[in-house]
Amino acid sequence: MKNLSISRLAFAAPVFAWLLLPSGVAAQQSKPWEKIPVPPLHEFKPQQPKRVALKNGIVLFLQEDHELPFVSGSVLIPGGSRDEAAAKAGLVDLYGQSWRTSGTAKMTGDAMDDFLEAKAAHIETGGDEDSTAVSWDSLKADTDQVYALAMDLLFHPKFSPEKLQLAQQQTATGIVRRNDDEGEIASREAAKLVYGADSPYAREPELATIGAVSVADLQAWHEKTIGGKLIVSMIGDFDSTSMEAKLRSTFEALPTAKPPAPRHETFNGPKPGIYFINKEDVNQSNIQIVGLGVDRHNPDVPSLAVMNDVLGGGFASRLFQKVRTELGLAYAVGGGLSFAWDHPAPFRVVAMTKSESTVDASKAALAEIQGLSTKPFTEVELKRAKDNLLNSFLFRYDTKGKVLAERVRLEFYGYPADYLETYKLALEKVTIADLNSVVKKYVHPEKMAVLVVGNGPEIKPGLDELKMGPVQTVDITIPQPGAPTGAQKPGPAEKQ
Amino acid sequence: MQSKLSHRLWTLTMAVLAVTLSLPVAMAQDVKSFEQRITTKVLPNGLTLIICERPEAPVFSYSTFVDAGDVNDPSGQSGLAHMFEHLAFKGTSEIGTTDYAAEKVALAKVEAANNAYEAENLKAIGRDPKKVAELKKALQDAETEAHQYVIPNQFTEVADRNGAHDLNASTGLDQTMYFWSMPENRLELWAWLESSRLSDVVPREFYKERDVVLEERRMRTDSNPIGRLFEQFLATAYVAHNYGRSGVGWPSEVSQVSATEAMAFHKKYYTGSNIVVSVVGDVKASEAIPLLEKYFSKIPAGPKPEEMTTVEPKQFAEKSVVIKDRSQPIYIEGYHRASYRDPDDAVYDAISDILSNGRVSRLYRTLVRDQQIAAVAEGVSPYPGDKYPSLFVFFAAPVPGHTSAEIATSIHKEIDKLKTTDVTDAELAMYKTRARADLLRGLANNQGLANALAQYQTRYGDWRELFGQLDRVDKVTKADIRRVANQVFVASNRTTGQLDTEAPAASAKKDGSAQ
Repeated sequence: MKNLSISRLAFAAPVFAWLLLPSGVAAQQSKPWEKIPVPPLHEFKPQQPKRVALKNGIVLFLQEDHELPFVSGSVLIPGGSRDEAAAKAGLVDLYGQSWRTSGTAKMTGDAMDDFLEAKAAHIETGGDEDSTAVSWDSLKADTDQVYALAMDLLFHPKFSPEKLQLAQQQTATGIVRRNDDEGEIASREAAKLVYGADSPYAREPELATIGAVSVADLQAWHEKTIGGKLIVSMIGDFDSTSMEAKLRSTFEALPTAKPPAPRHETFNGPKPGIYFINKEDVNQSNIQIVGLGVDRHNPDVPSLAVMNDVLGGGFASRLFQKVRTELGLAYAVGGGLSFAWDHPAPFRVVAMTKSESTVDASKAALAEIQGLSTKPFTEVELKRAKDNLLNSFLFRYDTKGKVLAERVRLEFYGYPADYLETYKLALEKVTIADLNSVVKKYVHPEKMAVLVVGNGPEIKPGLDELKMGPVQTVDITIPQPGAPTGAQKPGPAEKQ
Repeated sequence: MQSKLSHRLWTLTMAVLAVTLSLPVAMAQDVKSFEQRITTKVLPNGLTLIICERPEAPVFSYSTFVDAGDVNDPSGQSGLAHMFEHLAFKGTSEIGTTDYAAEKVALAKVEAANNAYEAENLKAIGRDPKKVAELKKALQDAETEAHQYVIPNQFTEVADRNGAHDLNASTGLDQTMYFWSMPENRLELWAWLESSRLSDVVPREFYKERDVVLEERRMRTDSNPIGRLFEQFLATAYVAHNYGRSGVGWPSEVSQVSATEAMAFHKKYYTGSNIVVSVVGDVKASEAIPLLEKYFSKIPAGPKPEEMTTVEPKQFAEKSVVIKDRSQPIYIEGYHRASYRDPDDAVYDAISDILSNGRVSRLYRTLVRDQQIAAVAEGVSPYPGDKYPSLFVFFAAPVPGHTSAEIATSIHKEIDKLKTTDVTDAELAMYKTRARADLLRGLANNQGLANALAQYQTRYGDWRELFGQLDRVDKVTKADIRRVANQVFVASNRTTGQLDTEAPAASAKKDGSAQ
């Protein structure tokens, strides 16, 4: 079934439309929904997983869940694509793909596929920006066999040249196709504007960099990271005591986990201005307004979350009300200032609009960002945003799986286990003064960049109407291996 | 029909069975215990309520399943069901308005102004541009007049403020679904909101919302190479049935549908007998049923709309569509197959599973792993819908340096293998094991379960078929697979769709001219 629906790409907020109503409008006569009783919520203490810190630094989490006869687990390993060499960008992705498909000395990846799928079980590996992982799941009856196999893969992978080559080919396909989809171009290039094209948080694997990765590189990466502070988590239909004993027997005897190398990173944000990428097979522009956000350690995060809800958090947000509902200029519009766990995430507002209304939609979205400092927040707005955030807060821990995932995340990034509770309390206390203060501190339209991906000839009026300086064209030509840097040799992979 | 089995007993049963019994038997037992947690009630207006008690956390999810989608759009009004879905977020006579009595009058003027404008604007002969401009201005004035009574997005605002999570809706060709999750203490508030928007629809901000839907079309179809390909592919594969028509709507049609047409669609299809509402989570059926009955009874009764009678005629010649585009190549081919009610429905699922499910699948192993000609290769069904006879579709993306022609050859070899040689015992057993496990895994998700219960209740008249389908899965034989493959995968029943890369015209300015 296809999903032709109202998008929640938007994130932001509300009440502003009230101010847009012509003055003198009669107040709503009755609000029947306010007469409907809302009884106290059933008492609920989310079940926390058992945490076991081993002497070597490895941490285990055990979360029993007996509803269904399944058991699943994961081992999270610090170190990810931001730590790979620029000349081998893509290494961690290739590692994540070919680790599992290669298999072990005891069982090849192909044999593992047959063995597991016959049991409707899975073992998978993957690489991310800051970590890699082995995860598995099976019916309860197969717990021991699947666990043993997952551990064999975790500790004794045998990387195969054939599987690396297969992964390289898959990744190459992604690279040559990366300019086909407008939205993909827009979010990728917007990240480059925020972090810099060469930043580990934005750079892209290229045909040359993935081609430079060898089996020895995969093995070296594995040896380098497997000794880190592993976080092992299990959830499902098991008994914690015996499961803990099983995990201990695997992980307790390992050497002391190596601490991660300290990170020295600077984040300057985008070079302000207007940027353009031409794509003549579309009739809609993808507009990205970007700046630099913060990381979650920042004590202003609760206030920023409320600000985000007002700006772009949902149907009632200022952006949605203005750009979509009032102007009818976009289906997808929204955004805000994001926070990553250990580095600044971008500020990003996105709108997609037909070519001809590119300038109008950009102006309308920019005005709402600017409006954060010029259109005063109201008590109604504040209350609405807090209601939105607090009344749905429950959905952060309404399953045992979510509770476990949150605890693993907090452990991985070094946050206290009660982070969610303190965060919720802080949200409750946010005031209008707090909102004004964070807008002043973090929302700087003059430091933002606007990126438009769209059909140049159709964009009329042109982007110079935005008065953001000369329109800077971004070259997204896909470099061909062997071609000198910057060369723009037309090839089969080149797409504009 | 009230469910009394405690949750504890349910989990205990599950745990014990999983250890001591083989999976097929365990499933049968599961169904029994599951049945006791589910209560249904058909209201006097024909609407079916389904409640499933799953008190894991103090939340619930719901799904409203309307047995009407874009396949039901009247001729010339493609995209109407989806347009209506957007209208269902605009509020009612009580929510989203400052003064409904006055707004109603103003909206009637909008409609009259729109009719006058459209009549002039669409004149084939004697269209007067000056008059068109005047009428357009009059329409805009009428909209401004009506807008003064609107409290924009108040319906969703109330839902959001009360903790609605993953609030959304989707319009398919076959059905329209509305859904979200909420804290359990908002059950009555939800019942008021949902029953109100289903029964008391106001054509508020319709023409502005139509612009929004046109942006949605640009995003999903016009500006997306794969979206463009699939739209043309379906239009080629079907000659009579509405599955061949753009679901989001052809631009000239969806840009001209009117509020009057949307309201007529609502009147015909949003009747009690055409709607199933399911709720899964921390709710007690004994309390919820009377509460929900109170609210959902206000949905008008009215007969079950007549089923569409158009049947796609048998295809007798291979068809193809080729798009020259600036994107990388994509290859698809589709074969007409029977509907979900056909006794062979599970056989199609078996074929799809064996061909496409994971790294053990035949298409992965052949086209991706061994021949290394495709980055992805799958054969799935039903597409584009499940209610009426649809297509079994193969989809593949060639890796650089390889072509759609090579892909087609390899897919046809795999198809021939299915026709001439039995699948292995292991493959068939794997399909059956995975089908069961996947069903079981799905039970742990309130929203997924609510959607599935409502869908099976609608499609089979009984949600128990969600579990009953496993009987059909069990009965699939190797001979069935060969028989169906021989019957369906023949050239005269095939439509291919292909996106071929075309270099940009040499004259195109490299940086465009957006300045």
